[in-house]
Amino acid sequence: MDALTIHRLHFAFTITFHYLFPQLTMGLALLLVVLKTMALRTGDEHYNRAARFWARIFAINFAMGVVTGIPMEFQFGTNWARFSKSAGGVIGQTLAMEGVFSFFLESSFLGLFLFGEKKLGPRAHWVAGFLVFLGSWLSGFFIVATDAWMQHPVGYALGPHGEILLTSFWALLLNPWLLWQYLHNMLGAVVTGAFVMAAVGAFYLLVKRAEPYGQTFVRVGVIAGLAASVLLIFPTGDGQGKNIAFHQPPTLAAMEGLFESEAGAPLALIGQPDVEKRRLDNPLQIPRALSFLTYQRWHAQVKGLDAFSPDRWPDNIPLLYFSYHIMVGLGTIFIAVMALAAIELWRGRLFAERSLLWALMLSAPFPYIANTAGWITAEAGRQPWLIYGLMRTPEGVSPHVSAGNALFTLIGFLGMYTVLAMLFLLLVYQEIEHGPEAS
Amino acid sequence: METIWFMLVAAMIAVYVVLDGFDLGAGIITLLVARTDRERRQVLRSIGPVWDGNEVWLLAGGGTLYFAFPALYASSFSGFYLPLMMVLWLLILRGISIEFRNHIDSVVWKPFWDVVFGGASALLALFFGAALGNVVRGVPLDAANEFFLPLWTNFGIGREVGTLDWYTVLVAVAAFATLTVHGALWVALKTAGELERRARGVARAGWWSLLPLTAAITWCSFAIQPRLAASFGARPWGYVFPLLAVAGLIGMRAFDRLGLPPFLCSALFIVGMLTSAAFGLYPYVLPSNVDPRLGLTVYNAAAAPYGLKVGLAWFIPGMLLTTGYFVYTYRSFAGKVALEEDGY
Repeated sequence: MDALTIHRLHFAFTITFHYLFPQLTMGLALLLVVLKTMALRTGDEHYNRAARFWARIFAINFAMGVVTGIPMEFQFGTNWARFSKSAGGVIGQTLAMEGVFSFFLESSFLGLFLFGEKKLGPRAHWVAGFLVFLGSWLSGFFIVATDAWMQHPVGYALGPHGEILLTSFWALLLNPWLLWQYLHNMLGAVVTGAFVMAAVGAFYLLVKRAEPYGQTFVRVGVIAGLAASVLLIFPTGDGQGKNIAFHQPPTLAAMEGLFESEAGAPLALIGQPDVEKRRLDNPLQIPRALSFLTYQRWHAQVKGLDAFSPDRWPDNIPLLYFSYHIMVGLGTIFIAVMALAAIELWRGRLFAERSLLWALMLSAPFPYIANTAGWITAEAGRQPWLIYGLMRTPEGVSPHVSAGNALFTLIGFLGMYTVLAMLFLLLVYQEIEHGPEAS
Repeated sequence: METIWFMLVAAMIAVYVVLDGFDLGAGIITLLVARTDRERRQVLRSIGPVWDGNEVWLLAGGGTLYFAFPALYASSFSGFYLPLMMVLWLLILRGISIEFRNHIDSVVWKPFWDVVFGGASALLALFFGAALGNVVRGVPLDAANEFFLPLWTNFGIGREVGTLDWYTVLVAVAAFATLTVHGALWVALKTAGELERRARGVARAGWWSLLPLTAAITWCSFAIQPRLAASFGARPWGYVFPLLAVAGLIGMRAFDRLGLPPFLCSALFIVGMLTSAAFGLYPYVLPSNVDPRLGLTVYNAAAAPYGLKVGLAWFIPGMLLTTGYFVYTYRSFAGKVALEEDGY
């Protein structure tokens, strides 16, 4: 393996593992505010105990997010020095703002939220919880703003030595790419939080333990999960898709497995792209649907990969195609599962419907897969560019960090993160086993 | 504008070392002074609500360095690739040892994490000291302002340097002693009884090691980095920084029976030492140990003026807010640790 491949795998592995945790942090932070609000409005200690149970899981998850997040901030410099040197003046802004505006807020008030319930009293404790939520969602904003600039660079000029200079701070923060990507990403996080909460609730109902809590968790999880899954597809997923269609047309063609330009292009549901033969094997397609979804006209012309020179094609088309299809497929299934659960909840039958509770419990891992697949779609879709249209990926790597040194630290992270994953599962299992009734 | 950001980044690093320094120091001494499970929980409880916020200063400082001095961020982080990755691993191990220790009540679980916590804290103090030593000594920057350092070569300070040589190891030991005392004073401040007495003992003993170590790193630094003498010669008002350090060092001893004052004096000592180094190196941010013309300075490492100006507009209100959170958090958890409260 050459150094570039190892550096790419290094970042891909550490960021993929890292993002397993913030997505639950951000989703659960919102649901914790919901539980604390219900406690404040009803005065019922039940909701406070429910919130305390989730706060314990939140704390374990948050710690994992923090310790796996620190390497991310440093890897821009360690593994991607040329990129950082050129673009640091732009994306350093959003990364530094994340530290200043969200990490301080989040960490200060999480300490108060976890350690200070008695000292603070119910209202101030609600405020502490709300500020943790705000901090984590701001953090998401600044990170997505950073990625949005790499996907669609705006507000910059090129200096005399090719360095990238920021010319408009507001263009960076109001990047047209950012709005849909941010909302889409945050709804994805809410889906993870909601599915996890519903799954734990379903587990308690199935084993007939702590059933009042199980019912609360399922109710909150199903309502939040249905709302977020629907909004995930429309309008945010649709908006994000149009961004790609207009600003990264080769990426759209690769995601859809569309090798040849077509008027009235079909939407592929299933199929395997064969890049060598430039065709989609075993296709199952909806005729003309891609044209309609992109341009609202059934006969609109959609550019296939043949319209672009291969040096602008994403360098791993099958990965991009599959991750995109996995994300969309799972997103559709989420709506179906949550809609069914919501109907039964509304009819008052969900808590006794064991097959549906089983489905909810077993669904928990899938939002993680969908969120990961979504980010692979975004990042593999940006290739072969590191900054779209501006800097190619091989130009950004650290020139003096050899393949051997990079492989050494990649192996180190693989080992360490394997241990972390086992510890995390053990401790979360233990909290679920203790249950919400233990104080 | 570059100079303002140099001072701001230096200030953030100094705040980081003072704040995370005491919880690193608490980690270093925990195996030494806290013998029972209850005592170790007291040590952890004294840093539990704040250690994560303290560590954020490292992240926010790194982020600020990234946008204000991108060339320095890129060059130093890739050049110190291996030691920096090891720092990341240690930060991971230390973070989870604090957060996970009290989740399982078992005689094989807790002592294991205590050793991880102590060991990672000690190694981090040494690594941070060595990092400071490297910045003062300088690194072999090439014409593109890039370099790559192995962990060690022959431990000499000639042309083929490694991250560790006799000088950077000496600074590492001094940093270790400094943070040990700093952490011991924190634990003494936050606990009572036998634990407080033992922590004070460590602080007193450690103080005596600070005297020769401070003298040694000062003498060696001036001998190795001629830039330091030149800076203090050109702008003698800069002697105020080493004087702060000396005042802190004396104060630690003079007030050693009190609670907060010796801790604050220790913080003053740390700030004095770091600002002395920053003042002495300025305008260099990463000097070359081969050819002074190749060094990174605040001018050739800084981002474009527009970004620095607009950055100031959000940075100042942001830091005011942050100061507010920290004052509020530390006031909320003021006083000695009581174990009966919620959390951990």
